[in-house]
Amino acid sequence: MRDLSKVTWDVIVVGGGNAGLCAAIEAAESGARVLILESAPKTYRGGNSRHTRNFRCMHDGPLSVLTGTYGEDEYFDDLIRVTKGKTDEALARMTIRTSEDCLPWMEAHGVAFQKSLSGTLSLSRTNAFFLGGGKALVNAYYNTVEDLGVTVAYDAEVSHIAIEDGAFTGLDASIGGTVTRIEGRALVLASGGFQADLDWLADAWGPAARNFLIRGTPYNRGVVLRDMLDQGADSVGDPTQCHAVAIDGRSPKFDGGIVTRLDCVPFSIVVNKNGERFYDEGEDVWPKRYAIWGRLVAAQPEQVAYCIIDSKSINDFMPSVYPPETADTIDGLAQRLGISGTKLRETVDEFNAACRDGTFMATDLDGLATEGLTPPKTNWARPITEGPFYGYSLRTGVTFTYLGLKVDRTARVSVGAGRLTNVWAAGEIMAGSILGEGYLAGFGMTIGTVFGRIAGQEAAAHVA
Amino acid sequence: MSLDNPPTLTATQEARRQVEICNACRYCEGYCAVFPAITRERAFADGDITQLASLCHNCRGCYYACQYTEPHEFALNLPAALAEVRVESWERFAWPGGLARVFQNSGVALAGALVAGIAVLFFALTALAPDSGDGFYAYLSHAAMVAIFTPAFVFPLVVIAMGLRRYWAEVGGTRITMADLKTAFGDAARLRNLSGGAADGCNFEKGDRYSQARRHAHHAVMYGFLLCFASTSSGTVLHYVFDIQAPYGLLSLPKLLGIPGGILLTVGAVMLAWLKTKADPELGAPSVWGGEMAFVCLLGATGATGLALFAATGTGLVAPLLALHLGTVLAFFLTTPYSKMVHGFYRLAALVRDAQLRD
Repeated sequence: MRDLSKVTWDVIVVGGGNAGLCAAIEAAESGARVLILESAPKTYRGGNSRHTRNFRCMHDGPLSVLTGTYGEDEYFDDLIRVTKGKTDEALARMTIRTSEDCLPWMEAHGVAFQKSLSGTLSLSRTNAFFLGGGKALVNAYYNTVEDLGVTVAYDAEVSHIAIEDGAFTGLDASIGGTVTRIEGRALVLASGGFQADLDWLADAWGPAARNFLIRGTPYNRGVVLRDMLDQGADSVGDPTQCHAVAIDGRSPKFDGGIVTRLDCVPFSIVVNKNGERFYDEGEDVWPKRYAIWGRLVAAQPEQVAYCIIDSKSINDFMPSVYPPETADTIDGLAQRLGISGTKLRETVDEFNAACRDGTFMATDLDGLATEGLTPPKTNWARPITEGPFYGYSLRTGVTFTYLGLKVDRTARVSVGAGRLTNVWAAGEIMAGSILGEGYLAGFGMTIGTVFGRIAGQEAAAHVA
Repeated sequence: MSLDNPPTLTATQEARRQVEICNACRYCEGYCAVFPAITRERAFADGDITQLASLCHNCRGCYYACQYTEPHEFALNLPAALAEVRVESWERFAWPGGLARVFQNSGVALAGALVAGIAVLFFALTALAPDSGDGFYAYLSHAAMVAIFTPAFVFPLVVIAMGLRRYWAEVGGTRITMADLKTAFGDAARLRNLSGGAADGCNFEKGDRYSQARRHAHHAVMYGFLLCFASTSSGTVLHYVFDIQAPYGLLSLPKLLGIPGGILLTVGAVMLAWLKTKADPELGAPSVWGGEMAFVCLLGATGATGLALFAATGTGLVAPLLALHLGTVLAFFLTTPYSKMVHGFYRLAALVRDAQLRD
């Protein structure tokens, strides 16, 4: 690769995930000379976008693979429900409205969509699925930027952004171990959150965070985010919070992605290390509850819990990536899971005694609830009696963090009193502006695409 | 519990390990029939893996889209894992199995067979030269051709039929209906599983970029081959039913079918061979790369020598070109049950089985 420091780039994009790629495409199509600095090696390029699978899109009437209509108000209501109001309404509505134009733009830039996947029919109206998932989208965009003549540097970690008199002048990047100063006229920051920096996570959340698993890329360490905050950039989002779900406890520390999810909680009882239940496993259908279980498990000793299932329920949920632990007796299962057999048997017996007769329906709230049990199980409560018995360990899996840079509707980053002259942000690094709490499936990609495109257009217009 | 991949896994076990991870992901459902077939199951018997392997057209879309390819610890490479199972299954189903191993693993052996075939033909030319005859039959009597090619044609078909019976038993196939055949032949005729679904083609010679080149090249070879086969069949009918003997004129059925067929077959095979040199061998079964390449060349050579023979009509080159062409055809027929040619039969069987399982 030629010496990147010899060129004054029109637009430098930090981060080669969905948002950064959208920005690079827009800027390059406007004629700008663009450099993407991607901290991951080529095989792991794309940040968390490589683990995504769909794009939540407003549309009036059927659009591409999307059925029916999904209007602005319904979309916004869905957002309010998950964020409990922690959003910037003007930015959110702008994002929602722009999403409709984005889908055809994505198709025109190489993204192929497919109908919603089996088991996700509930999303066929609201979410367009990427054929092959997020990595295929990332590949398509890398091919597009290559065709547009954009330069991409992999293994390029940006450590410092130089800002003088409210304007970006250059940055320090370590490329293949050598720190280089690279100069540019406009900057787009799209380098994600900080969830892969376990020290930062532990500072923010508490020491328990060291036992969390990081579902996505190990390259989102928030180096640029912290550097910008240290230089006084305005922030949004709760700095202590992350989006966390309960995943298979045996998953890799990083990058386990979609397959590590476990959908068995509603059909099981969940106990902690001490063999005690701690929450209503049947409170609601799993898609509406999986996100709270990350926190629930995080609050248990050693941040671990165990799902206990019997043979009646083993086929009622999506297959798991690792086979469950199995034993013919509850004691045997406890032994395999490394918890007290006596205690687990007590918990199971107590639960079984509280179950009552009724009709079990795996896909609906069946009202099959326990009686006189604390905490109760309010749906799908069937006694755990038929061996062999199965067990999964659960751990907290972090998806993303909320802390980010504050932006305006042109994606421009601000510092105290004023906006920076030539710095824009897109994607996870600014998503906290809109998504202050919770998560809405496919909305991260919407924020990344909408703001990536805006940032790229604005940056290119600035240098034109 | 670990998903580490110990070196002791057989091809089927390794494919099962990977398929179980795919079944927890399902991002690739839109590429081809393999993924919907996976999602229909929770556990995969050996026969299920054989069926999935034969259903896979090696379009590679899933590999380039996969977030779990190496260096990720899950180390997925489903196109390669299924290719290895396919190769093993073809050896297992072939009789005698040792021959399949020789031909699949060694393109040289295939080329050797070709040479041997030609040598036999040359021998036949000299030893059995007729006293009189028109066209080709001036060099090799019709009776001699029939005596050589009938067994060379029937024997491979018998061996393949035996293999297909074994395949059908292993994958648990049931009674075949017209609807099954209609679906399967429809999929094969359009190469639906190389189309990439919503993507524009498959991933082969251009890495993660989609391309229709392989599908189009395969279409050329397949339809070219079928035209050539139809040409030969029409000649047989003309000979026996209508007593019209070769050589046939330019506007006769054998020529009208055979010339475009030969051109398609030759051009398609050249394209396929070229594409194969551009694709990553690690996404297939690398050990049989040579055998596959030799098969493509042999297929192309049957077309090219046929065209050359036609072009040489009336010249002194007819005798050597006839020997070359007939030798190539003979080698092709004889190696059919043991070469990459069997993929067509097993894949069609897999499509029929998939049609049964789809509804």
